[in-house]
Amino acid sequence: MKKVKCECGHINHEGTVLCEACGKPIEENQHIDNNDKNKLLNMRYDGSARRSQTKKRTIVDKTWAFFSSVKVGVWLIALTLIAAALGTLYPQEQFKQSRLPSSQFYEQEYGITGKIFYQLGFHNLYSSWWFITLVALIGISLVICSIDRVIPLHRALKNQKPKRHEIFVKRQRFFSETEGVSDKDREMLIQNLKNRRYKVREEDGHILAEKNRFSRWGPYVNHIGLIIILVASILRMFDFMHTEDYVWVREGETKVVPTTDQQYYIKNEKFIYEVYDRNDERFQEALKNEEFDVPSNFQTNAVVYKVKEEVIPGQEPELEEVTRGEIRLNHPLKFDGYSAYQSGTQLRSEYETISFSIKNSDGQDVGDFNFKPNVDKRKYELKDGYNVVVTDYYPQFEITEEGPSSSSKFPRNPGIIFEVNGPNGHSERYFYLNEDIVALSEDQQFNVNLEDTKLITASGLTIKKDFSLPVFLVGAIIFMIGVAQGLYWHHRRVWLHPTGNKVLFAGHTNKNWYGLKNEIEQALEGTNINMVNDQQEKF
Amino acid sequence: MDLYTISSNFLFAAFILYLIGTLFFGATIGQKRQQNIKSKSSKIAISITILGFTAHLSYFIIRWFASGHAPVSNMFEFIAFFGMMLILGFIIIYFIYRETVLGLFALPIAILIIGYGSMFPREISPLVPSLQSYWLKIHVTTAATGEAILSISFVAGLVYLIAKVDQTVRSKHTTWLEIVMFFIFATAAFIIVTTTFEAMNYQSVFTQELNESVRDIEYHLPALIEPNSSELKTEGAFSTGLEAPEWMRGDEAGSKLNTLIWSLLAGFVLYGLTRLILRKRVAAAIQPKLSRINLDKIDEIIYRSVAIGFPVFTLGALIFASIWAQEAWGRFWGWDPKEVWALVTWLFYAAFLHLRLGAGWHGEKSAWLAVIGFTIIMINLIVVNLILAGLHSYA
Ligand code: HEM
Repeated sequence: MKKVKCECGHINHEGTVLCEACGKPIEENQHIDNNDKNKLLNMRYDGSARRSQTKKRTIVDKTWAFFSSVKVGVWLIALTLIAAALGTLYPQEQFKQSRLPSSQFYEQEYGITGKIFYQLGFHNLYSSWWFITLVALIGISLVICSIDRVIPLHRALKNQKPKRHEIFVKRQRFFSETEGVSDKDREMLIQNLKNRRYKVREEDGHILAEKNRFSRWGPYVNHIGLIIILVASILRMFDFMHTEDYVWVREGETKVVPTTDQQYYIKNEKFIYEVYDRNDERFQEALKNEEFDVPSNFQTNAVVYKVKEEVIPGQEPELEEVTRGEIRLNHPLKFDGYSAYQSGTQLRSEYETISFSIKNSDGQDVGDFNFKPNVDKRKYELKDGYNVVVTDYYPQFEITEEGPSSSSKFPRNPGIIFEVNGPNGHSERYFYLNEDIVALSEDQQFNVNLEDTKLITASGLTIKKDFSLPVFLVGAIIFMIGVAQGLYWHHRRVWLHPTGNKVLFAGHTNKNWYGLKNEIEQALEGTNINMVNDQQEKF
Repeated sequence: MDLYTISSNFLFAAFILYLIGTLFFGATIGQKRQQNIKSKSSKIAISITILGFTAHLSYFIIRWFASGHAPVSNMFEFIAFFGMMLILGFIIIYFIYRETVLGLFALPIAILIIGYGSMFPREISPLVPSLQSYWLKIHVTTAATGEAILSISFVAGLVYLIAKVDQTVRSKHTTWLEIVMFFIFATAAFIIVTTTFEAMNYQSVFTQELNESVRDIEYHLPALIEPNSSELKTEGAFSTGLEAPEWMRGDEAGSKLNTLIWSLLAGFVLYGLTRLILRKRVAAAIQPKLSRINLDKIDEIIYRSVAIGFPVFTLGALIFASIWAQEAWGRFWGWDPKEVWALVTWLFYAAFLHLRLGAGWHGEKSAWLAVIGFTIIMINLIVVNLILAGLHSYA
């Protein structure tokens, strides 16, 4: 690699704009930062050599330069932003809340623009290949732009000497010249700067005072945070990091927890649904206008079991309780890396028991039977030799062209046909539907009454395992540290440069010049040194 | 008096104090800067602002006591909180930069925002289960604070543009600036129109037939546009007979469209009258009053408020929001419209920072970006909540 030796003796990398040690502009490289046309030096990255600005020959060089450009980065951010916004124009497919297939839904609901939205694939925009590509390009850009800058910048800041070249000092934005500066002035200045927590270094009467250098690393730290987040979202695509499934568990029911290899079972002991009291003083005004009760709690009291030993096919596994607890919105139940979230309810939507009582032809009670849709029992012995046999059962009754049938296997609207058999062989058929009993046989002697129905709630639980979360969290924390570091602190430097009978004084900050000006004003208090001029305003 | 009434009175007091504060800030401009720091009126102005903020904070705390949960759970409460943080942001920036002219713009904008929020139902409502989480309060308050600080850059940007844009000739810049002005007028018009008809207890009812069910729709403003396929039920009530287009089927689509049309029309009237009186562009009329301000300092404020606001916004609107969503639904990110627009806002301000640092977009360009940024924040607050309502839909 070609090296550039400065007159101060420091050996700089090829493409260096300002000598890393003394800051003297390196003649032939001034075009890189446009310094030749400018009175002021461009101080970004302290004039250190960046690969993207130095090598522009091969395709690798060009790609590198492309992705390290802030302009390209901003374009990528802007395109992602616009695409993301476009996707909210109409609901994404997952939110459409309609039974219509998407191919009809968007056109029917939103007309021609909806049709275009669908045809462009915007109904699944955030998982489209091109959106993901955009995000990935941002990731590549982040990595390359950071490497391109952070290493040279680090070198320049590490090597800088308090003794700077005169040109470097004179071409800073904040600059002043003073004659007749005494040693007392110098001491005062150093003290003032130290009071403001500047680190002061001296060399042959030259002074460099610097503070908050660490803030220069802010952008790179935050970019690393972002990269970690992007990596986490890639990891999350793999099953070992992240699984998710959904299960409906009825009250009293125990179900296998999906995604756990049949290793866990969950029982819904009880479902609790609560609403706000309409007479609650605090909320009376608001609740007055509500047509329906406002829910205050959805809760599943659950027990989680783990399978004890190897399961022998065909045998009931032996279960061991792992944990029990309340699953509420905002309060998932956690067990062995899994979390169960309260995600849905079918409130009192299924029948658990339907109870009938039966009287014989003399009006005598011959017993009750409780039909439980979810229990396999279909024959019930009553008193005095009477019995009941359920002959047909339709969980969710409906009439189709082929006659009665069921639209699901869930007892949401059970239709039951049953026979009541007397001891003497007399038998009658009945049909139960919708809290009503219809006798199917003529010449009816018995008397069947509906006693009670009991409804249960099915609780919808999302079962999640997500080991990528800590990675996201770490990324987010690093990002926040980096942003705060770069935005709440500023890297400020001032130089004192004696030359002949004059003293040159200069200041530089990477941002917030207003603050630096105030600070210099305070630091120069009680000294004879002239206040700096803002040379940018002048030129 | 019950707590609810007391807290509402405090909010009203804050509103009035901000109005008075604006007048005093108005009295400070035109004076030379050095005088002006020491001048009586700027001292009075900032004192009144702080007093107003104290009243505002009292409203917040008392309402918290009254409801038993942090009052950031519906549109009204959220906007009132946002306005409060905008004032706080201004107070902080004031003490860093001592720029009184900022108050002259920050206070009226806060007033409009609070006024706008007060047009939504103000009763204390109970928290539905998905909102019962302390992460919610943390998320919403931090996000609103971040947005409010970011909005200060809009205030500064507006000052910058009014002072800087060349008003001697008509240009794209003057036109856009007038459009911004018009929206400020339209917001005021919305508040005036809504309050007026509310005071008159105006109501008309339409019946609408949709999917074989019939429902009643209430209007609180005279109907410039009726709900789609509906009929007027209230006898003698005003209606133009025009109907909302067919694709607007939402429950309140008709009434929202009607309100929007009212606001725009009344905004035009208000803006038009002002122009007639001024006989020049509104921004051109204000410009001479800002001749003495230090534009570099305003530019610095634009950047500084983004620099301070961006991390706060990130923490509140993205990180805390994700933590809450993870606790509530088991998914920290779900691409619902509110989340997407938080991301859009975040990306936008990231672009802002990069353009400033990397491409040297200072001054006027930065100021325009600040205006666009505020537009995005408002879209997230208003359009997304009222039209694209996702899981977060308030009100
Ligand atoms: C969503 C994505 C990004 C975010 C949130 C982000 C955030 C930031 C922040 C907050 C800063 C500090 C700005 C300041 O101090 O004013 C910064 C600086 C920077 N970013 Fe990014 N960035 C992102 C993407 C990118 C990309 C894609 C590039 C690629 C070119 C990039 C290149 C830079 C550079 C070169 C700096 C300036 C470093 C310096 O001059 O000290 N950023 N970024």
